[in-house]
Amino acid sequence: MTSFFQTLGMSYEAAWFTATIAGILLIALPLMLAVALIIYAERKLWAAFALRRGPNVVGPFGVLQSFADGLKVFLQETIIPSASNRGLFLIAPIITFTVALMAWAVIPFADGVVLSNINVGLLYILAISSLGVYGVVIAGWASNSKYPFYSAMRAAAQMISYEVSIGFILICIVLWAGTFNVGGIVEGQRGHIFGFINAYAFNPLLFPIAIMFLISSMAETARAPFDLTEAESELVAGYQTEYSSMAFALFWLGEYANVLLMCALNAILFWGGYLPPVDWAPLYAVPGIIWFFVKILLMFFVFAWVKATVPRYRYDQLMRLGWKIFLPISLFWVFLVSGYLMFTGHFA
Amino acid sequence: MTTIAHLIKTFTLWEFVKAHWLTLQYFFKPKATINYPFEKNPLSPRFRGEHALRRYPNGEERCIACKLCEAVCPALAITIESEPREDGSRRTTRYDIDMTKCIYCGFCQEACPVDAIVEGPNLEFATETREELFYDKAKLLDNGAKWERAIAANLAADAPYR
Repeated sequence: MTSFFQTLGMSYEAAWFTATIAGILLIALPLMLAVALIIYAERKLWAAFALRRGPNVVGPFGVLQSFADGLKVFLQETIIPSASNRGLFLIAPIITFTVALMAWAVIPFADGVVLSNINVGLLYILAISSLGVYGVVIAGWASNSKYPFYSAMRAAAQMISYEVSIGFILICIVLWAGTFNVGGIVEGQRGHIFGFINAYAFNPLLFPIAIMFLISSMAETARAPFDLTEAESELVAGYQTEYSSMAFALFWLGEYANVLLMCALNAILFWGGYLPPVDWAPLYAVPGIIWFFVKILLMFFVFAWVKATVPRYRYDQLMRLGWKIFLPISLFWVFLVSGYLMFTGHFA
Repeated sequence: MTTIAHLIKTFTLWEFVKAHWLTLQYFFKPKATINYPFEKNPLSPRFRGEHALRRYPNGEERCIACKLCEAVCPALAITIESEPREDGSRRTTRYDIDMTKCIYCGFCQEACPVDAIVEGPNLEFATETREELFYDKAKLLDNGAKWERAIAANLAADAPYR
């Protein structure tokens, strides 16, 4: 895109700057739209699992429901509790929202279509998703209210616990792909199985960690069955309890942007990202971005499916799963994968 | 042996797979709910909804201000004041029902000797303000005019069982 702006007569620096801004807008604005639609899709999916109809009144088939909800929220009064820490209280939703958008910078939407093709893309994603917990913790702390505070404590413990196992899972993938570059990992899956299936997930050695990554990403985004941070039967609405209006909407947008990000990561790391499922020439006629979106939506269907099926974990079960099961298994898998690669001379 | 089976079950997430298979089957089942504002469930003739004061076919109010409904009302939602009219018959000058107090028990309807106060089939009378739910005589008579046909049909349908 930089060269396109250069042909318009800009200097390289100006062209790069304009191209980057344009790229950010090109990712962020459709993402906001996608979040609105994905909330609608999720409500429809849960409704279908519960034999209900879901939103079907606003717009055709209720597609505009999220926009109506958003409008309602924007028109509400912003209430800042007098006992809260005003500055932190307002900055927390902004952190959640911004961080949820930032990670998209290194996601490749098609071959070479990525905002910033940095070599340590996966580390960047890990770092950004760790920052996400700050929004929740600050929100819980700044609210100066007991339920948000409990929620913040839980969120901190939960997200950190699962980040450990996610880290090890990512190490397995990095070992296999031989690169931290997200695009490189996708390319590494081209013809991975029998020379024609484009996915790490069908590798018998990597399939268990694909499942573990799926479960960990649900815990990481604090979604059911791991939605202990906003367990409504215990904590009212968790860290969002004291929030209203725009701030509340920012939390929602950030949360769902995170969910989409995790779906995208699942698709990229294990299901071949923008590659078609099978390495067969006619399938490449469909643009990579379509394959990528289809995979994201399928992952999102799984997320909604799990949320509709599994009841919420107890807090000790959550911690047990994170530290006593996922951590040892993922650690063992790092050992297994690196041992296998060493044995087969992958590193030679 | 059972521990091994248990371990295999745990690590293959067998229970989860089964649960998800079950919910997936439900996903493709027809919907159990109706499309409410556009589709409605049938109501029993005995359904106790919004109140109405009825009139005789000649336009005369049925209510004779006996105040039995006021007396029987367990929620004390009904307030009646009465005076003799110029032709000498006793009529209400005030007939208020506080719909925010009403528990829709239907005792007023049971107590009424002339079928004047009835609970009609209307259940969609939500309002934006609380004040709008303080029904006065005019509102109740208006309801009676609006719902008379349905109310009369319901009373006729239920009559054989009384």
